[in-house]
Amino acid sequence: MYEGLRAYGLITAMWIRSTMAYRASFVMTTLGNFAATGLDFVAIMLMFSRIDSLGGYRLPEVAFLYGLSATAFGFADLVLGSMDRLGRRVRDGTLDTLLVRPAPVLAQVAADRFGLRRLGRIVQGVLVLGYAVASLDLAWTPSKVLMVLLALLSGAAIFCAVFVAGAAFQFVAQDASEVQNSFTYGGQTLLQYPPTVFAKELVRGVTFVLPLAFVNWLPALYVLGRPYPLDLPAWLAFAPPLVAAACCALAMLAWRAGLRSYRSTGS
Amino acid sequence: MGTGRLYAAVAASGFRRYATYRTATAAGVFTNSVFGLILAYTYLAVWNERPHLGGYDQSQALTFVWVSQGLLMTVAVFGGGFEEELIERIRTGDVAVDLYRPVDLQGWWLASDLGRALFHLLGRGVVPLVFGALLFPLALPASPLTWVAFVLAVGLGVVVSFAIRFVVALSAFWLLDGAGVAQLAGLTAVFCSGMLLPLNVFPGTLGEVVRLLPWSALLQAPVDVLLGAADPLPTYGFQIAWAVVLLGVGRLVQSAATRRVVVQGG
Repeated sequence: MYEGLRAYGLITAMWIRSTMAYRASFVMTTLGNFAATGLDFVAIMLMFSRIDSLGGYRLPEVAFLYGLSATAFGFADLVLGSMDRLGRRVRDGTLDTLLVRPAPVLAQVAADRFGLRRLGRIVQGVLVLGYAVASLDLAWTPSKVLMVLLALLSGAAIFCAVFVAGAAFQFVAQDASEVQNSFTYGGQTLLQYPPTVFAKELVRGVTFVLPLAFVNWLPALYVLGRPYPLDLPAWLAFAPPLVAAACCALAMLAWRAGLRSYRSTGS
Repeated sequence: MGTGRLYAAVAASGFRRYATYRTATAAGVFTNSVFGLILAYTYLAVWNERPHLGGYDQSQALTFVWVSQGLLMTVAVFGGGFEEELIERIRTGDVAVDLYRPVDLQGWWLASDLGRALFHLLGRGVVPLVFGALLFPLALPASPLTWVAFVLAVGLGVVVSFAIRFVVALSAFWLLDGAGVAQLAGLTAVFCSGMLLPLNVFPGTLGEVVRLLPWSALLQAPVDVLLGAADPLPTYGFQIAWAVVLLGVGRLVQSAATRRVVVQGG
């Protein structure tokens, strides 16, 4: 674990140094990243220019959902966003290089081409979250503040687990790296809207099967004092850290199974 | 070989090139369907709140979602297709070889992009639309003529999309690294094509302006023809006008670029 983090830190630092060699390019790509993720919120604002509420939620409430999931996803994307390149490495055989290096493969794959420009996404998420908190007019209690922090940390961990599990899947389906986007970017798109918008089966699916609902829906609905569309006990709003830990453990198992099944392209 | 046959061969190879990656195509179809599902529920909620928003009823709004998910690769809203390759050839100087060929640069890449688009229409377009039609009540036309009119509008949309992306790619002659411009062009296309939200939902003057820009020819125009929300003939006129203007701009930029091309290396 320590060894892996150290390797991750060293490789990441190397990529940051190389990014900083082209500062203008870094600034532009970060702004581009910021604008690209900002478009999602522009879509929501355009919708709210024509309607007053979506699924019973007003704009600041949707912004709160959006800010929480975008920030959590932004952290996971910054840390592990390069993992969707794994399929390419499996295909062209360059993964072999990583296997013979004396550092954990996961750390090497995760830090590969680390993109500091992804900070743009986090900044965008935090800004929307700030707007939401400022305009929500909520009675903040210590437990609600704690809940926001908890949700951001656990949400990032849950999305990290999705990234790792997606990478593990790429050992099996090398060309299918786009499937991962359904659960990462798709999951983030889903979570930025209120759960009341979606069919019950879909909500059940992302609560019990792929527990993305714990990233922001359950914690945010607790903070907003709104009922969850499914009949769930109230304490479940505090479960995200446990869910995140379970997701990470499962993702690690999947990763190990994937790595063990790896056969090089070599002849 | 006659010019027509040559371009047909280039288009066919563009088709085959993308048809090779079957798993990637299946993965893409899956992802488009997931996004379609999420957007469909969101649009349902929006149209529940404001029925007949932008002149669409609920099933037309749902049709917009699924048709646009099916078309986004065909008309290359996010970019992709050939620009990356052309930018790389400009950067490395390989483009000198292309310019030396007895074929027009713009025509060559247009033919190849049309081949790609045809594959994406069949491979990436049909399944998401069928999936959406199974799950939601879509307002699909019964008349085969409307479908023919729609496919024609898609074809013109691809040409406009190509014309824009060709100019974007040629900017690499001056910038060398075209990634920033390509990203900016992709964002503009997402916003102005209707991919982000149907353009008739945009408020006030903004809505009127984006409908006049070339990007509305990519997605909004073909979908409106399919939905019967726009007459085909004026729509074609709009698309053809932009195609002529933008292909002309591409020509001018191309001749300016070839005059300043300096081949690196010896």
